[in-house]
Amino acid sequence: MITRRDALKTFGVLPTLAAFPGLALAQGAPGERRLVFVFLRGGLDGLSAVPAYGDPDFARRRGELAVPAPGEPNGALKLDATFGLHPLLPEMHKLYAAGELAVLHAVASPYRDRSHFDAQNVLENGTAKPYGRDSGWLNVALAESAQRGGGVALGASVPLVLRGAAPVTSWSPSVMPSPDPDLLDRLGRLYRDDPLLAKPFTAAVETQALMEGQAMRDGGAGGRGAPVAALVQAAGRFLTQPDGPRVAAIDFGGWDTHANQAGDVGPLARNLRQLDRAMVQLKTALGPAWKHTAVLVVTEFGRTVAPNGSRGTDHGTAAAAFALGGAVRGGRVIAQWPGLSDRDLHEGRDLRATLDLRALFKAALAAQLGVSESALETKVFPDGRAVRPVEGLFA
Amino acid sequence: MNRDAVIAVNRFGLGAAPGELAAVTRDPRSWLLAQVRGPAPDYPQLASLAGSDELLKEFPRWLMKVRAERRGEMTPPMRGEVTPPMRGEAQAPMQERPQQGVEHSFGKHFFPIAAKEIGARFGVAATTPAPFHERLTWFWSNHFAVSADKPTVFAVAGAFEREAIRPNVNGRFVDLLLAATKHPAMILYLDNNLSVRPGFQPPQAAERANLPRATGLNENLAREILELHTLGVNGGYTQADVTTFARALTGWTVGGMSDTGFRFAPRRHEAGPKTILGRTYAQEGMAQGELILRDLAAHPATARHVATKLVRHFIADDPPPAAVERVARAFTDSGGELQVVYAALVGSPEAWAQPLPKLKQPIEFIASALRAVPPAREAKPEALFLALREMGQRPFFPPSPQGWPDTAAAWANADGLWKRIEWSTALAERVGTRVDPLAIAESTYGPALSEATRLAIMRAESKQQGLALALASPEFQRR
Repeated sequence: MITRRDALKTFGVLPTLAAFPGLALAQGAPGERRLVFVFLRGGLDGLSAVPAYGDPDFARRRGELAVPAPGEPNGALKLDATFGLHPLLPEMHKLYAAGELAVLHAVASPYRDRSHFDAQNVLENGTAKPYGRDSGWLNVALAESAQRGGGVALGASVPLVLRGAAPVTSWSPSVMPSPDPDLLDRLGRLYRDDPLLAKPFTAAVETQALMEGQAMRDGGAGGRGAPVAALVQAAGRFLTQPDGPRVAAIDFGGWDTHANQAGDVGPLARNLRQLDRAMVQLKTALGPAWKHTAVLVVTEFGRTVAPNGSRGTDHGTAAAAFALGGAVRGGRVIAQWPGLSDRDLHEGRDLRATLDLRALFKAALAAQLGVSESALETKVFPDGRAVRPVEGLFA
Repeated sequence: MNRDAVIAVNRFGLGAAPGELAAVTRDPRSWLLAQVRGPAPDYPQLASLAGSDELLKEFPRWLMKVRAERRGEMTPPMRGEVTPPMRGEAQAPMQERPQQGVEHSFGKHFFPIAAKEIGARFGVAATTPAPFHERLTWFWSNHFAVSADKPTVFAVAGAFEREAIRPNVNGRFVDLLLAATKHPAMILYLDNNLSVRPGFQPPQAAERANLPRATGLNENLAREILELHTLGVNGGYTQADVTTFARALTGWTVGGMSDTGFRFAPRRHEAGPKTILGRTYAQEGMAQGELILRDLAAHPATARHVATKLVRHFIADDPPPAAVERVARAFTDSGGELQVVYAALVGSPEAWAQPLPKLKQPIEFIASALRAVPPAREAKPEALFLALREMGQRPFFPPSPQGWPDTAAAWANADGLWKRIEWSTALAERVGTRVDPLAIAESTYGPALSEATRLAIMRAESKQQGLALALASPEFQRR
């Protein structure tokens, strides 16, 4: 099949376009490509989400937390001869089978200590240091992109990854009645020159206009009962507005599973179920736009390979990540697997990181936002020149 | 009404109650310092709330109830931890919500407890004559954050503030640290009840009761004490210090139904000397962990960490180094005597340089509205909870052990501001006819009220709109 990209190549258009960094290069008109960033805060246990059942040390090291091999009771959903998905991720497994989900394993940011908060900060600010910058790489990338529409954070606050100079709005469901236009008009005059709040005020008014009649006061599907579900559905609505944002960030917390993470009850099970459902809900909400969309699902660090003393895991190093959507060439696991034997582990306890998450982010930003290589190297990830983008992951 | 009084009541307090600004004008600094001397105020609102010894029975009680209801079903509903329905959503009585089994039952059982705590906390905030003391209470609760997000902590998150924080706000840092660390809410929140020496065999009863089984070390509490409560993340400790400290804290746990509350369980404790940050601790039992905590409290990195947080909270998002230095020195020189630390904070010229540089957090915004608008105090705790949830700051539910963020970057966003405007409008609709909006704005911000806001309130089409403009104004978002 000849894709539009191939056709462009054939006709020699691509090099010309490539001379103008920021123009959308590949299929889909400019402005069609979308990027969704989902942050699993707290430290996803990558070896539970994506068990390496084929690793000879896996079952022994993980003990009672080991997800059984495919085919066994409560066994993993098979990805390949080494990896499976947690049995509570059946929808994501279907996306994998359809070639719309790729798994990345043994991944981490450049951060190597074990503080959640510094780890999240590094992952979001785009430098190699905690508090290395007070804006986030996704916002910097937006500023470097020709993509119009800005970004939207789904939630009551904007995560660091999306903070910065580029226009960003935020939205979450409300149970309170909207103020009338006259009041907003009067308030607008008070906020007009406010150095801190003028932009959020304008963004709020515009965002409400965009979402008018669509607010989830009616409780929408899931409504309050499923906060992540409500947020992904709202993301779908924003991203499908003709002039709306093309970048969305969603925070999903509660992954810090220090205790009782085995089995199909408990916090990890609950979160995995929600994640699994949310990804399908996002696909549904995006409709035809799904085929131009890439969703990145990442966490700040993984967890210890061995269980701790409470059937949980403590803070670790490398984890798993997911890239999904119609713009993803999925159906594969991308991992330079470091192994789980004694000498393979980081500091004798953690899965070693063999892939820098910035490699994923760079590839996604180039493909989805048309951010140039030079901007990626100097502005978006200023300490990450040596990190090469993952190749061929995005269609 | 002078500028210093505006700064005292807004930056260090919870916004002005009617008449407060005028009363403070004579000597704003003395007004602040008088609040942090002597014992904590005794509040009638808090007197009727149950203690953690009683509230700790609620979780097992609820578990038994659920089991009884579900007897015969194949899956035991709980094994250790569950996520409450409050994670991201409220069991608000006004809200229609499908019955969702365990979640629904949890909300029904526990939300009334949360409502009492929230009502009491905001009742105090709305009326206290010592708002600086109250702000410090909130500051320390956030420094030693525990979250009702964890089901076993839900019932005691409020009690934690009342029992571990309030009595020690005007005391010494080390006592605050010891009280917070030993409070059952902290032990449960950071899993130390599940951290035991190698080889520990849990009693049969625990197995039968389907309680979480502890078989080894859990380093959660030890790490967060070092990283968040004392030295700070760059305080010079290593992974080995974290692990060793966790070993020293084994046995710091909570009791069962008949004997709730903190206790030291020698059978769970790993005996023997431990070396942390270069010092070897040879003490036996609980004394070892206590001495480590005492040393951590006296460490220069702790003084700097705490000073930086206090200055960031009360003075500026980017803490002026001179102020941090001054406050840290007061901390070290006084051996962590907090009223000396607060005096250094209040005595910092940086604190009085310009009015209103900090954005209020949502809980501060709501509290200041309740102070400024007395009829607003009729609001039900459920309504306050919902409003704060919308604004992204559910009371007693900090998102992580790090607590709520403390800079404008985290709070100045479109959705958060919109929710404040919505709430202001709704409140003004309800009580706007009963108050004078211009008087409220003037008696809160005095000379710091902008001409534009004054005119907007004066020209409002109704008293309701005037009050909505006053509360939603840029000034009222700041302290």
